[in-house]
Amino acid sequence: MKDWRIGIDVGGTNTDAVVLDNELNLVAAVKCPTTEDVMGGIREAMASALAQVEGARERIGYAMLGTTHCTNAIVERKRLDRVAVIRLGAPATAAIKPMVDWPADLREAISDRWYLVRGGHEFDGREIAPLDEAELERIAAEIDGACDSVAISSVFSPVDASHEKRAAEIVRARLGADFPVSISSEIGSVSLLERENATILNAALVTVAKTTSESFVSALAAEGIEHAEVYLCQNDGTLMSAAYAMRYPILTIACGPTNSIRGASFLTGLKDAVVVDVGGTTADLGALTHGFPRESLLAVEIGGVRTNFRMPDIISIGLGGGSIVRKHEDGRVTVGPDSVGYQVLTRALCFGGDVLTATDIAVASGAAEGVGDPSKVADLDPELVQAASAEMARMVEECVDKMKTSAGDIDVILVGGGSILIPGELKGVSKVHKPENFGVANAIGSAISQVSGQIERIFSLDEMGRAEALDKAKDLARQEAVKAGADPETIEIIDVEDVPLAYLPGNATRVRVKAVGSLKL
Amino acid sequence: MVGCGMRKLGVQAVEDIARGAAVLASGGGGDPYLGMVVARQTVEEFGAIELLELDEVPDDARIAVSMGLGAPTVLVEKVPRGTEPEFALEALEDACGYRFDMLLPSEAGGWNSLHPMLPAARRGLPLLDGDGMGRAFPELQMVTWSVFGQSASPIGVADERGNKMLIETDDNKRAEDLCRGATVMMGGNISLACYGMTGAQAKANSVAGTYTLCEEVGALLRYARTNRVDAYDKIMECLGAVELFRGKVQDVERRTTGGFARGVAALEGFDAYRGSSFTMEFQNEFLMAKRDGAPVCTAPDLIAAFDVETLTPITGEALKYGCRVMIVGIPCAPQWRTPEGLAVVGPQAFGYGDVPYIPVEQR
Repeated sequence: MKDWRIGIDVGGTNTDAVVLDNELNLVAAVKCPTTEDVMGGIREAMASALAQVEGARERIGYAMLGTTHCTNAIVERKRLDRVAVIRLGAPATAAIKPMVDWPADLREAISDRWYLVRGGHEFDGREIAPLDEAELERIAAEIDGACDSVAISSVFSPVDASHEKRAAEIVRARLGADFPVSISSEIGSVSLLERENATILNAALVTVAKTTSESFVSALAAEGIEHAEVYLCQNDGTLMSAAYAMRYPILTIACGPTNSIRGASFLTGLKDAVVVDVGGTTADLGALTHGFPRESLLAVEIGGVRTNFRMPDIISIGLGGGSIVRKHEDGRVTVGPDSVGYQVLTRALCFGGDVLTATDIAVASGAAEGVGDPSKVADLDPELVQAASAEMARMVEECVDKMKTSAGDIDVILVGGGSILIPGELKGVSKVHKPENFGVANAIGSAISQVSGQIERIFSLDEMGRAEALDKAKDLARQEAVKAGADPETIEIIDVEDVPLAYLPGNATRVRVKAVGSLKL
Repeated sequence: MVGCGMRKLGVQAVEDIARGAAVLASGGGGDPYLGMVVARQTVEEFGAIELLELDEVPDDARIAVSMGLGAPTVLVEKVPRGTEPEFALEALEDACGYRFDMLLPSEAGGWNSLHPMLPAARRGLPLLDGDGMGRAFPELQMVTWSVFGQSASPIGVADERGNKMLIETDDNKRAEDLCRGATVMMGGNISLACYGMTGAQAKANSVAGTYTLCEEVGALLRYARTNRVDAYDKIMECLGAVELFRGKVQDVERRTTGGFARGVAALEGFDAYRGSSFTMEFQNEFLMAKRDGAPVCTAPDLIAAFDVETLTPITGEALKYGCRVMIVGIPCAPQWRTPEGLAVVGPQAFGYGDVPYIPVEQR
């Protein structure tokens, strides 16, 4: 039976790999340094993990990759495709040109040609103007051979995508049936500029996603794993097939924090908790609700570009293993926010350095057995150690309180290398969990991701009534989840939101629904 | 025409105004991002915009109000063409038989503070540092000019295609109703040119200094964001604001009645407000705030919400379950605190017949 999984997480410092058996028991876990070419680290982590368990290779049927490839391409402005940008909506929308608010270097790396064409829809589905097909044919001829990828967006395409789809047909008729064309209604939700931005970024990442997926498949093949289902992680804690990822690479951006929260949930069995991921410089807190990360409500920038993606709601505070501890003249003791970062292994007192860090406090208080040399911090003033420990607890307590969604006490899950800093008891917290294998929570999160489908549409409730509209929206979300690989039997609706649109008659309402299911095994 | 105290609004000034207007919009006015990008592009293309203090305006100057009307959610999707405000102004000028010398915004809002900048920049007309609200209100007649008996009519109405209408009504509430209907037929968002007035009327009947106040607040927000420092205390001081609550949004109940988004947001306190509950009722804008069941701020005073972490102003549409916000009350313009002003925008005007208006700083 090929029913085991291998999960990989590529982070800034480490690449982790885990193997889970058919009952999702953790049977292998490794940490390797992330390499500059990324793929080298993946190969090494995968090979060491598989070497830990005899016969694992033969059992692997599913391989999941959470990676920073796409994020890095945008941040470094490298390996990006040249994109021709088409917006349908003239004469509306002329006041803001495509990409006008982008960092200049990213714009130059991605696109030097954009077109505003007559077309698009009103909020109620009427056409702003009939689609100018002749103009699109002229544009297709002009961009033929001059770009690698095309991004098409249209006003109110979340309400009616017909113009975008027709425009894509016209482009493909000239540039080829397999030519990469990203259309905005498949990428983002209502809000033209943010959706257009995401669509352009998506179009620019097609080759990166293709290379990543193909290298992952070949790395698996090199380990003797063939015919495995290959998935990439999305930023909402769910998976997409490699084929889907090649069409929607933008969805892989920032999957790391999500995997960490989901992995923490798996390691403890908790569905509702605050997850505290303590690193060298910061502690990142995220809320786990119903087994998924709670999403942020503010607009998210990717590489300096505004998008309307939903990302996990994370609060970062300056508390990590390398945070510098100070006693001030007035007697106050502070921890961070500055940190010696990864140099903690040479600069902290307990490692023979000369900086008093949060790690030294943990070692001196006896909370960090096996870390550094306790004799080097034995002379620290016990009052200072106690005050600093209390301060670290206070910082986390205050932040946990902000992440809570109700007044009662909540469970906290500690993951990450710096979690030795946090005491086993916190105010406002019912229980502090420090799971085994907390170091590879991200890779576990990657291996256990579910698949989802999401839709966002505007409905006229006068025409169909609220219940009917919500049912229709749920069906569409379920269909999206099945398209993404979910077992129809396991699909659950996890989020329904409806927002009436101000000023509009007919009870126009925006409905957003997300459906999630287990992988169809 | 040009006064000695005239200022020029450059790119940074218009960006700051957009940020600050989102605070003064009292939860309405839409996302300021779009207004900011449009205004910046306009200034880059046509040059800085002249801004005149109200007392620099000649009494016989011809002044019109340039404003957008519609749904913020449509605005972010069907982005404007940029020429709609001029089309509306042309429609009004055709009816009047003369051209206007200067423009005024209707309210402080993410889009409406920036709307008059488009025709002003393109035509080289000055803007006046004032408006008809000193904040945002949901309806066309809810302006100080109404309080002083000025008519909104005639009203030039235009969409992005250049379709134009002229609306003439006997009262300003009727004008609101007709324009609201036109908005729907024209795609959910339109431009108006209305409240034609003289310099003398503008001086006597407007709220003064709104652009300057928006700019000050916006500059503080920019400074806080760029330098990652907390500007909360400075913003409170600048606005004479009173902190009402800090907490998490527990529930937002919304319904659409009469063409508006109405509803109530419920919050649960943290920090000093632990154990307390809080509600905000809205009709596009936040109108009534209650802590533990007792009113702590009502229209016409402003109620503003900020994201706790980033100080980003949160508009009503963006307010959702789980939001961590600080709620502050801001004293309204003095014009609203008269019996005539309260008749138009006091608690009673929004259906709170049993709640007397008490200035927020005295509650």
